[in-house]
Amino acid sequence: MRTIQAAALTDAVAKLCIQANTRLPEDIVAALDAARHGEPWPLAQETLGLLWENMELAEEKNLPVCQDTGMACVFVELGQDVHIEGNFEDAIHQGVRQGYGEGFLRKSIVGDPLRRVNTEDNTPAAITLRLMPGDGCRITVAPKGFGSENMSRLGMLKPADGVEGVKQFVVETVKLAGSNPCPPIVLGIGIGGSFDKVAYLAKHALLRPIDQPNADPFYAALERELLEEINALGIGPQGFGGKTTCLGLSIETAPTHVAGLPVAVNVSCHVTRRATAEL
Amino acid sequence: MQYRLTTPVTREDLAPLKAGDTVLLSGTVYTARDAAHKRMMELLDAGKPLPFPVEGSAVYYVGPTPERPGQVIGSAGPTTSGRMDPYSPRLLDLGQRIMIGKGKRNQAVKDAVVRSGAVYLAALGGAGALMAASVKKLEVICWEDLGCEAVRKLEVEDFPLTVILDVHGGDLYESGPAAYLASLHAG
Repeated sequence: MRTIQAAALTDAVAKLCIQANTRLPEDIVAALDAARHGEPWPLAQETLGLLWENMELAEEKNLPVCQDTGMACVFVELGQDVHIEGNFEDAIHQGVRQGYGEGFLRKSIVGDPLRRVNTEDNTPAAITLRLMPGDGCRITVAPKGFGSENMSRLGMLKPADGVEGVKQFVVETVKLAGSNPCPPIVLGIGIGGSFDKVAYLAKHALLRPIDQPNADPFYAALERELLEEINALGIGPQGFGGKTTCLGLSIETAPTHVAGLPVAVNVSCHVTRRATAEL
Repeated sequence: MQYRLTTPVTREDLAPLKAGDTVLLSGTVYTARDAAHKRMMELLDAGKPLPFPVEGSAVYYVGPTPERPGQVIGSAGPTTSGRMDPYSPRLLDLGQRIMIGKGKRNQAVKDAVVRSGAVYLAALGGAGALMAASVKKLEVICWEDLGCEAVRKLEVEDFPLTVILDVHGGDLYESGPAAYLASLHAG
C-alpha cells in the first residue's frame, strides 16, 4: 500500500491548470503547424498564421492561449493499492482554486445551472476517477471552453443506421457548429455503450493525442475517412472558408445493447488543452 | 480590402464595408456579454439610460482573463455571439453600430444590421493573447459584480477584425466557404 498526501494532489492539479492553459500540447502544435503550411486558400492561410502567432504570444507574455480557460475537467487514474491521506475530491477542487487564482485564469463556473451565481474560484472541477491495478496515480487536467462544448451532440441511432449513420451524424454536427466552435476544431467521438457512457467516451477521446490513431485498424480507417469528409466541407479556419476545418479526431468505442447505436461528438477547438502528471 | 476605422462610427463610415474585408479598429470599445446584455435590456425596459453612449458605439462580446499586475488586460478573445442574438437588434436600432464577436447570427440580427446600417465583425476566436495586444487601456465602468462579465471600457489600437455581416446583406460565413469550394472546381 502506497500513501499519497492530499496536498500533493492539490499541488499537481494547480500546476497542471496553469500549464494546460498557457502551453498547447505537442500534438496540437504540430497539427497547427502542418495546417498552416498545407492550407491552399489565402484567407485561411493568413488566419492560421494569426492563430500560430497567438500561441507564440501567449507563451512569450505568459497569457492564457484563450480567454475561456474553461471548466476544469480532471481525470484521475488511481492505482487500487494507493491510499489517499485526506479528502480526495476536496484536494482536487483546492488545486483548481489555487491554479486558477495564481495563474490569473478566468473564473467561468456558476454554482447552479439556473440561478447562475459565479463561484469565483472556478470550482468545482468536473472529476472523473478510474481505478487501475497497481499503485500509480496519473492526473490529467483538460480545461474545456464552452464555445465548442455547446456545439457537442449526442444521438441514439438505430443499429440499422450502421457506420454510414454514424458518419452522417458526425458530419452533420460539424456543419451545424459551423463557425461557432472556433475552427479548426478537434473532435472526440464516442460510439457504443449507454446514454451516459457514450458521452464519457467522446470526452475521453479528446485526451488522446490526435497524431495517435485508434489501435483498431477498422476505427483508424473510420477516423481517416471522417477527417477527410469534414475537411471537404470548406468551413475553414474561423469559418471564413478553407481546407482546414478539423485538425484531428479520435474515436473511442464500447460494447453496446443489441437494440442501440449511441454516438456522441464532443466538439473542441484549436485550443484543445490537456496536461498530465504522474504522482 | 482593409479599412481603418475609429469609434464612434457613422452609417456612412460603414457603408463601403463588405463581408470578407478586414478592419483595423481604434478608439473606444465597450465589452458586454450574456449577463450584461440582460441587464441592459432591464434598464431599457425601465426607461433608464444604458451604461455607455450607444450612438456609433462598438460592443465587444468578451470576458477577459484577469490582468496580472502591470498588464492592461489578460487574454481577451471573443465569445460566441449567437447568445446575444435576442438582445442585439434592440441595441442596433438605438444606434449601436459595431458588434464584435465570433460565430453565426440569426436572421433577426442580419435584418437589423441591414436596417440600421451596422456591421458584425469577427475577432479571432481562441486567439485571446493576440487580441489582447491591441488593448491599450481598460476601465470597468459598470456591474463589477459580474466579474469577467462586467462592462469594461477599452481603448484599442488597430484591433484586427474581419467583416462577417455587412449592410448589403453579405455574410462571410456563407460566402467564404462557398468561394473556397468553388475554387476547387474551377481549378
